[in-house]
Amino acid sequence: MARYVLRRLASLMLSLVVVSVIVFALMHAAPGGPFSFEQQMPAYMMENILRKYGLDQPVYQQYINWVWAMLHGDFGIPYQSPTETVVGLVLRAWPVTLAVGAVSIAFAFGFGLLFGALAAFKQNSWIDNLVTFGATLGMAVPSYVIGFFLIVVFSIHLGWLPTGGWGEPKHLIMPVIAFSLGPMAIIARMTRVNMLETISSEHVRLARARGIPTRLIVRRYVLKNAAIPMVTVLLPIIPDLLTGSIFVEAVFSVPGLGRFFTTSALTRDYPMIMAMAMMIALLWGIMFLISDVLYAMIDPRVRLAGSSG
Amino acid sequence: MKRAQSVELPNQPLAPFNASAIEVAPGIMAETGRRFFANRLSVVGLLVVGLLMAAAVFADVLAPYPRDFAVFADTLRPPSPEHLLGTDAVGRDFLTRILHGARTSMLVGFLVPLLAALVGVPLGAAASWRGGRLDALFLRIVEVFTAVPPYMVVILLVTIWGSGVDKLILYLAATGWVGLARLARAQVVALRPREYVTSARALGASDWRLISQHIMPNAAGPMVVVLVMAVPGAIFAEAGLSVLGLGVRDPIPSWGKMIAEGVPYAGTNPLLALIPIGLIAVTMLAFAFVGDGLRDAFDPHSKL
Repeated sequence: MARYVLRRLASLMLSLVVVSVIVFALMHAAPGGPFSFEQQMPAYMMENILRKYGLDQPVYQQYINWVWAMLHGDFGIPYQSPTETVVGLVLRAWPVTLAVGAVSIAFAFGFGLLFGALAAFKQNSWIDNLVTFGATLGMAVPSYVIGFFLIVVFSIHLGWLPTGGWGEPKHLIMPVIAFSLGPMAIIARMTRVNMLETISSEHVRLARARGIPTRLIVRRYVLKNAAIPMVTVLLPIIPDLLTGSIFVEAVFSVPGLGRFFTTSALTRDYPMIMAMAMMIALLWGIMFLISDVLYAMIDPRVRLAGSSG
Repeated sequence: MKRAQSVELPNQPLAPFNASAIEVAPGIMAETGRRFFANRLSVVGLLVVGLLMAAAVFADVLAPYPRDFAVFADTLRPPSPEHLLGTDAVGRDFLTRILHGARTSMLVGFLVPLLAALVGVPLGAAASWRGGRLDALFLRIVEVFTAVPPYMVVILLVTIWGSGVDKLILYLAATGWVGLARLARAQVVALRPREYVTSARALGASDWRLISQHIMPNAAGPMVVVLVMAVPGAIFAEAGLSVLGLGVRDPIPSWGKMIAEGVPYAGTNPLLALIPIGLIAVTMLAFAFVGDGLRDAFDPHSKL
């Protein structure tokens, strides 16, 4: 197991290197630079600015500089906000995204599991039909469409909630709903299918035949086995929720990390783009690794390639 | 040594052979079609998709006004006989814009998965067929692609080469081929050791023949399902990027852009936002139902 995890971590490092090279190259392939949008400046001033940020050097040298600084924990200065560091900006914006993400995760998992389990235990009842239809709706309709719908109904026409902004608990309500409905739908659907499968499996039938109380069967046999396939599907949802949705944050003007995707790319904010790419690639990689390891731990039949038992 | 007892033949004569009495098993396609059309939701979905396609193809004929025709004196009008859905903030007929928006959505929705499949399927199939280094390289590339969220790549590409319907289709296909390539690879891995493939190989079939005649037709079911399910994903991405102002450029209409433009006027003209909101939701649902129906029809035992 340890060897497997180490190998995977090494492969993740390699991925990060490749991702960084690709994103760096893409970024610099774009015509124009971060400072070419501003007013016409005298050439000597422009030279100064470029020199200040090391942009006068050849691209490969810039990449080496970036790697070297990053290894020392220095991700540079965001061009769009030159009075702070990239690390500072991320630390300022990320908690906002994390707050929305954490509440959304809790919301999505809580209600998703609940609805899925309800639908499975009452198979083919109106509850089941409602959950199945709701799940299809939740999976199909994009978060920003739900978000705009909520704004039109609850902010503009009913006037109950603010259209956007940040700072009070009521600012969380609509972004969380818009953000969590999709994952919630996936979770509900998965839970339902897995539960149904487990309920009709032989060891559960045997447990019933032995007269074990239903509640115990559900807790000991059904829930655990129904959880196994969920791990691989659900863990990858988490980095999505943690890095924030560009769309939801844009719709509700949440001052989180998500909107920096767009602004950083549009303003050619090289340090910020690189930092976010690295962060996301790392988060996704680790999440996939955890899900594979967890899967092997929950289901003893799964053997991880390269581990000896 | 005793001779083996002779077999007692039945006294009654065998029924005369009657070829027409043999029940011919329905073909796979007919059976799949029957299963698909037995699902009411899928049929409704297919009907909606058909309507959207018709709107997209015949937008020029159906629309009461030219696409970009604006009367600046007639901005933000409520629905009336001249303008069935009213007019938008610059005085263009909203119904016309909606119909042309369908064209944008359908164009992106169908071309992106097709392009992605054209790139991804041969790559995935070839990689796993050749195996060895090529396959290892392929898996590494896939790993890198899955490590970066596609939106970030698309937004970067937008900043490099600009936006527009045609470019958007290319960008989305460039990030979308990975999923189809993985599926093609998985299918080849699963089907390659099957007996019919082995026997065809023993008969001397070439690699090309094995892949094109024996493996791909059997992999078509899951591929079609994934292709159909990728359609709403592409529409979602186009509309989303257009919401952010990174997608389709003016004056070409896109439902995503229309939502973003309509919300500020939702207090007085809620239709401007609600109609594209509803249309995107309905489109997504329709494709989801068609996808679900196809999946169940191709593989009645599938779980999801």
